Amino acid sequence: MSAPIQTISGAAPVFYVVDEHDHPPGGSTMLGFWLYLMSDCLIFAMLFATFGVLGTSYAAGPGPKDLFDLKLVAINTAMLLFSSITYGFAMLEMMKGRVKSTQMWLAITGLFGLAFLCIELYEFHHMIHEGAGPWRSAFLSSFFTLVGTHGLHVTFGIIWLVTLMVQVAKFGLIEANQRRLMCLSMFWHFLDVVWIGVFTFVYLMGVLR
Amino acid sequence: MSADAHASHGHDDAHGRGHDDGRDHGSFKSYMTGFILSVILTAIPFWLVMTGAIENKNWTIAIVVAFAMVQIVVHMIYFLHMNTTSDAGWTMMALIFTVIVVVIALSGSLWVMYHLNVNMMPVHDMRNMP
Amino acid sequence: MSDTAALANTGLAKLIFGRLSFESLPFHEPILIATFAGVCLGGLALVAGLTYFRLWGYLWKEWFTSVDHKKIGIMYMVLGLVMFLRGFADALMMRAQQAMAFNGSEGFLPAHHYDQVFTAHGVIMIFFVAMPFVTGLMNYIVPLQIGARDVSFPFLNNFSFWMTTGGAILVMISLFVGEFAKTGWLAYPPLSNLGYSPDVGVDYYIWALQVAGVGTTLSGINLIATIVKMRCPGMTMMKMPVFTWTSLCTNVLIVASFPVLTACLVLLSLDRYVGTNFFTNDLGGNPMMYVNLIWIWGHPEVYILVLPVFGVFSEVTSTFSGKKLFGYTSMVYATIVITILSYLVWLHHFFTMGSGASVNSFFGITTMIISIPTGAKIFNWLFTMYRGRIRFELPMMWTIAFMLTFVIGGMTGVLLAVPPADFVLHNSLFLIAHFHNVIIGGVVFGVFAAINFWFPKAFGFKLNRFWGLVSFWCWVPGFWLAFAPLYVLGLMGVTRRLRVFDDPSLQIWFVLAALGALLIAAGIGALLVQIAYSIWKRNELRDTTGDPWNARTLEWATSSPPPDYNFAFTPVVHDNDAWYDMKSRGYQRPLQGFKPIHMPKNTGAGIILSAFATALGFALIWYMWLFAAVCFTALVAGAIYHTFNYKRDFHIPVDQVINTEAERTKLLSAQVVS
Repeated sequence: MSAPIQTISGAAPVFYVVDEHDHPPGGSTMLGFWLYLMSDCLIFAMLFATFGVLGTSYAAGPGPKDLFDLKLVAINTAMLLFSSITYGFAMLEMMKGRVKSTQMWLAITGLFGLAFLCIELYEFHHMIHEGAGPWRSAFLSSFFTLVGTHGLHVTFGIIWLVTLMVQVAKFGLIEANQRRLMCLSMFWHFLDVVWIGVFTFVYLMGVLR
Repeated sequence: MSADAHASHGHDDAHGRGHDDGRDHGSFKSYMTGFILSVILTAIPFWLVMTGAIENKNWTIAIVVAFAMVQIVVHMIYFLHMNTTSDAGWTMMALIFTVIVVVIALSGSLWVMYHLNVNMMPVHDMRNMP
Repeated sequence: MSDTAALANTGLAKLIFGRLSFESLPFHEPILIATFAGVCLGGLALVAGLTYFRLWGYLWKEWFTSVDHKKIGIMYMVLGLVMFLRGFADALMMRAQQAMAFNGSEGFLPAHHYDQVFTAHGVIMIFFVAMPFVTGLMNYIVPLQIGARDVSFPFLNNFSFWMTTGGAILVMISLFVGEFAKTGWLAYPPLSNLGYSPDVGVDYYIWALQVAGVGTTLSGINLIATIVKMRCPGMTMMKMPVFTWTSLCTNVLIVASFPVLTACLVLLSLDRYVGTNFFTNDLGGNPMMYVNLIWIWGHPEVYILVLPVFGVFSEVTSTFSGKKLFGYTSMVYATIVITILSYLVWLHHFFTMGSGASVNSFFGITTMIISIPTGAKIFNWLFTMYRGRIRFELPMMWTIAFMLTFVIGGMTGVLLAVPPADFVLHNSLFLIAHFHNVIIGGVVFGVFAAINFWFPKAFGFKLNRFWGLVSFWCWVPGFWLAFAPLYVLGLMGVTRRLRVFDDPSLQIWFVLAALGALLIAAGIGALLVQIAYSIWKRNELRDTTGDPWNARTLEWATSSPPPDYNFAFTPVVHDNDAWYDMKSRGYQRPLQGFKPIHMPKNTGAGIILSAFATALGFALIWYMWLFAAVCFTALVAGAIYHTFNYKRDFHIPVDQVINTEAERTKLLSAQVVS
């Protein structure tokens, strides 16, 4: 800001900004969204804590070794990782202002996300079909809730992504849309970070136990 | 916290928003670095667990957790573009605070509930009871 | 034939109305019927009045859809005040019941009603009185203190307010449709699980808190971003007023603790709706995990309530002592230390759970440590008063009452922090006396200090002093009369939430406590009279200067009430007490060079979206799955639709700014002449 803040000794102190310009909207958006992600992170932390406490209460029901198929989880992890890098490409294209290729990479990201969801739903369906639903034991309750909450976030991420694609198509890569795409980018990568915790602490360590 | 470093920052970003606020947007190179590192850091733990390459379970667990921690940092840097300058360090500050709270709440819950189980649960193994 | 038709009919009715039927309405409860009739008549009168005076459009345009932080702040205060009356009515009923129910008398409240009353009292007082009050204060004052024109996310601010209100509405509906939880204010399982609470009470509890919780979290994010990004030039972190500092720490606590509550309640609702086994007694569940989780939120919550009023007391003490606050830096660091420490003490709420000596001693010690920064604050206020020219205006009187009351509450808290002592006092009336001692002595007195202090800023006229004194002298002795007996009873071993008593020797203490509650009722009455009388006599109490107390921070630099844009020119700050510095160094109010001012536009999206959210909560409470699906779809679709609105700001034309400022100039010069 051009307003002088320091007081020149001898001169009268400046108590207000004379030459003020409009503040473009959205100056706080990235910080605000980051704070939201931090609060979301705490929700996941509590679900992890619950899983940590109740994750061995099988109630004589099936345990991780009986239920988890690590190959499926590996494929799922790959889907999410691919979607992260494709979102990264979308952001790079956005920086260059190319609408078409941005949209293409966004669409690919969404498809990877959708694939992730489908695999997860298949896994859930399979487990419930085998009688290992969330009501079977505290372990399964906390498993379904933790992984399901992550899946729910991915679902909303995809809805948001589609909304943004419509908005980019309609209004172009204007500043507001760029800001929104950056927020979604943080959201998407954040979900990837949470997934690292999920596959490590739930799947891998579950099978090891 | 460097109170004076971001003196009057509140209005500095009125101009040129999005570029001189210390935020890094990444490049093709940084995204690819992050991606390749993540692939490696994901593949090794999966391989370790699926093949049982290390006999000792505790070592496997330790390595898997260590890889997860490193991968989280990799994602933070290359995908989420964390640094100490964006929004005058406030994003980093928020992250550090969150990590502290998460560590306290997670480890505290496990500690408290473990002691509860040890003290209050019957001695015999309840896990195989219906 | 007709049987199948009837069956199909009930199937359809079930799809639409879920569990809701005529039996859900409490026709068998005379107390509730009378209250309901009263509320209906009052509501009708209000609606008729608003319609007659054609105020609906005004309310909608100027208030409900407003994104102005000042108006939203005032609406929060009104919400808090209304809910305060409800919560206090519950308190009176409990005091009356406990004073009566001796010598074989059952009192006047049946058990299932009494249980709802004490649950509702706790929930309302914490979530819908104390929270709106402190959020309202922060909303109103913080942007003014940091020289900003609004918060970072004005629309979100409006939405947050309406979500909080939505939660309050759900609690109020539970009074007349169905019932409220009978579990105590934290709804511990297994009691709150479906097996023991099959009715809608706990569901009302869950959804009211979830809807309001979204609002609280968002408003926390909003205010952090505001304080971090919107400070005026020159205001470094260590030049922020103390109230802004405590607000920042409070909002950090909100953002870092309300998600825990959300998660915890989600797990409870999954237990109730899906049949999971988190907090059940069988299939591996563990009810104590709920207690653990909810107190990870619950303890920071206590500091969320009290930190902002610590800020209020700091502002008030330094203003009415005519001195700079003593130990500003230590005050800031004490606040930060409390913020962090508040996450390390949660287990002291359940020492008796059985985690053993090592865990209990850790949490006992951390709890005792937290009294050190709090004590430092008390000394800072005392040293600020030392050798000051103290003016005993109402805010200052509340502050002194706070110091005397809160210190004793704090000391009984340290007593409870000793685990062996807690084993004796856990869940006793001693605990009840302790936390009312700190919450009333801290938060309520603080809010009254704040209302008396900032009322002239918000409305342009002071509150009447006589009725304020009446309220003060009813409240403070009334508080002690109501709660000192509870300390005694607690030490004698009386536990909380009891409805009838066997030992007749206890009755005298409960009668004394009930008298105390009546005195407090008189204090609340006097407060209402004070507000009404002051509105009536507003011209005599008018504040034309914008600075009626000769105060020290930026909010007093603008007019009372401030214009929509707060400051015609963004201030530049050189000192902690920015306005005092401006006054003492010959600040001249700018009279020309005005420019159009860039402001956010009002929107009805906030109230509409939170109406969907509240309806969704209601549908889920009553198992109206079809209606729930409709509401959920409407909520998501409405939110998406709202994001297609890109034009969210406008400019206040320069002529309007010039006119507003010219008015102020006229007022100020009239002041000088007289």
